[in-house]
Amino acid sequence: MMKCFSDDDIKFLEDKANDIRKDVIRMICAAKAGHPGGSLSAADIVAALYFFVMNIDPTRPRWEERDRFVLSKGHTCPVMYAALAERGYFALEELATLRKFGSILQGHPDMNKTPGVDMTSGSLGNGLSVGVGMALAAKWKNKNYKVYVMLGDGESQEGMVWEAAMAAAHFGLDNLVAVVDYNGLQINGWVNDIMKLNPLPDKWRAFNWSTMEIDGHNMREILGAFQKTDKMRGPVAIIAHTVKGKGISFMENMCEWHGKAPNGEQADSALAELSKRGGK
Amino acid sequence: MSLATRMEFGKELIEIAKTRDFMLLSADTKACGIENFGKLYPGREYNVGIAEQNLIGIAAGIASCGHKVFATTYAVFASMRACEQVRTFVCYPNLNVALICSHGGLQVGPDGATHMATEDISIMRSFPNMTIIHPSDAVSARAAARAAVDFEGPLYIRLMRDPVEDIYDEATYSFEIGKAKVLRDNGNDVTIIATGVMVGKALEAAEKLQTLGIKAKVVDVPTIKPLDENTVVEAARVTGAVVTAEDHTIYGGLGSAVAEVLGEKCPVRMRRIGIKDAFGESGAPELLYKKHGMSVDDIVAAAQNLTGEKSNTL
Repeated sequence: MMKCFSDDDIKFLEDKANDIRKDVIRMICAAKAGHPGGSLSAADIVAALYFFVMNIDPTRPRWEERDRFVLSKGHTCPVMYAALAERGYFALEELATLRKFGSILQGHPDMNKTPGVDMTSGSLGNGLSVGVGMALAAKWKNKNYKVYVMLGDGESQEGMVWEAAMAAAHFGLDNLVAVVDYNGLQINGWVNDIMKLNPLPDKWRAFNWSTMEIDGHNMREILGAFQKTDKMRGPVAIIAHTVKGKGISFMENMCEWHGKAPNGEQADSALAELSKRGGK
Repeated sequence: MSLATRMEFGKELIEIAKTRDFMLLSADTKACGIENFGKLYPGREYNVGIAEQNLIGIAAGIASCGHKVFATTYAVFASMRACEQVRTFVCYPNLNVALICSHGGLQVGPDGATHMATEDISIMRSFPNMTIIHPSDAVSARAAARAAVDFEGPLYIRLMRDPVEDIYDEATYSFEIGKAKVLRDNGNDVTIIATGVMVGKALEAAEKLQTLGIKAKVVDVPTIKPLDENTVVEAARVTGAVVTAEDHTIYGGLGSAVAEVLGEKCPVRMRRIGIKDAFGESGAPELLYKKHGMSVDDIVAAAQNLTGEKSNTL
């Protein structure tokens, strides 16, 4: 059961999200490749999960009782790596090795290379099935942990997402929460131009999921939604309306920032903008 | 005659589950006779419906929590419909998922090409971390079930639809993953290296060859990956001629695996018996084997042919 949150918690998490965004920019700039847009849109939710919602212990990354997180939209791993480093799973300096030869931080998540990564991901549409498996394992072994799966909106075009959605509801998995980072953009443009997902919340409802819609950048709404999942009939889908590139004005809602690294000058300007918002 | 290898494997797994803890997942097939598993062991079996990609994804999720999981479907679906899930979410993270895959090869018969797994070994063999086993009779199928429960890591278990004659004696047989078995060793003219349903045919062929004055070794390869290189190379070295036999395409399966090893370590004359760049079709298995040059007589002819070539070059 999630604890109650205060105004101080909100401020703390907003600052954390901002720090994570700065890490994302620095690491993708250093790697000269990566996916800033979808990392930035997910930053507030990921900060809430790693710094408030999830029952985890950075000193025991494979602790059996821990809550699980599956980043199904694995290409936005910079946001997860930043959260893990900020949470103390490994040194912040590691972030500069993103995508480099020998790094623990692969271009897409690898559960055997990165402490704190619960599941390998990257090929889209697969994470929810894995989450279903983790949730079933908890039921089998009478464990109380919860499983959080973050999906992209674009990846919801993959049919397997809906195989997993059907199964999760059929098995009544009240320990599984799917969060859709609904930023509206995918690599070549607007999701609803490329392959319409609307009405997305209705699709989840039709698959028998308890479904909420929130502003994915409003920390109070994010925490409120996660808190509510404890009392809802599971599984629960949180459709989080977000902005791709959130927090950096020249990246917001621009699909060319889906998978492009900022150069030094652009990174400086992004970091300057983020610094005005708070954090370290 | 015993049950098909798929049914023997399933029966044995149900038995082992009394004392061993593992989860079983299926995608609504009658692949290996374990549809009652959930009734016998509540909470340890899930049928995910007709959704093979989800089947493997869920298996990976369970295994990621440190548990042993078996997933069962037909070999065509496990190797192709869920190919990427097996590669990226089971093999790449090296998870403890065992795939029970029935309906290998032309032996499927009347169901025809869509349901015959004729490329599965090639596909699975190319994945790092994957181990591939393929029992040849009921005795080895039951023993394979016991070995599979003990095994750690990605495991592909290839099973057959229809019964075959017993080859092994239950009392003396043991299934050791990674080990080939020399079944018949009465001469140094030629080695027949076979797997699965073709092992029985290889033994029959060796009998016939004996009457023709050709002395054949027969090697059963129940583990195709990792291949028991020592046994294969040693048999090739003493006979100088190798025929491989598998109910599978000759591209990438047992024949290829043997040729790769021998090409580097002990080049000898070879013939590969198997499906030669073709799809299967409906029909009785024996008629299909005949059409595709995979009957006992075809093995005999290949061996004769090889030993003839060998003596011509001496």
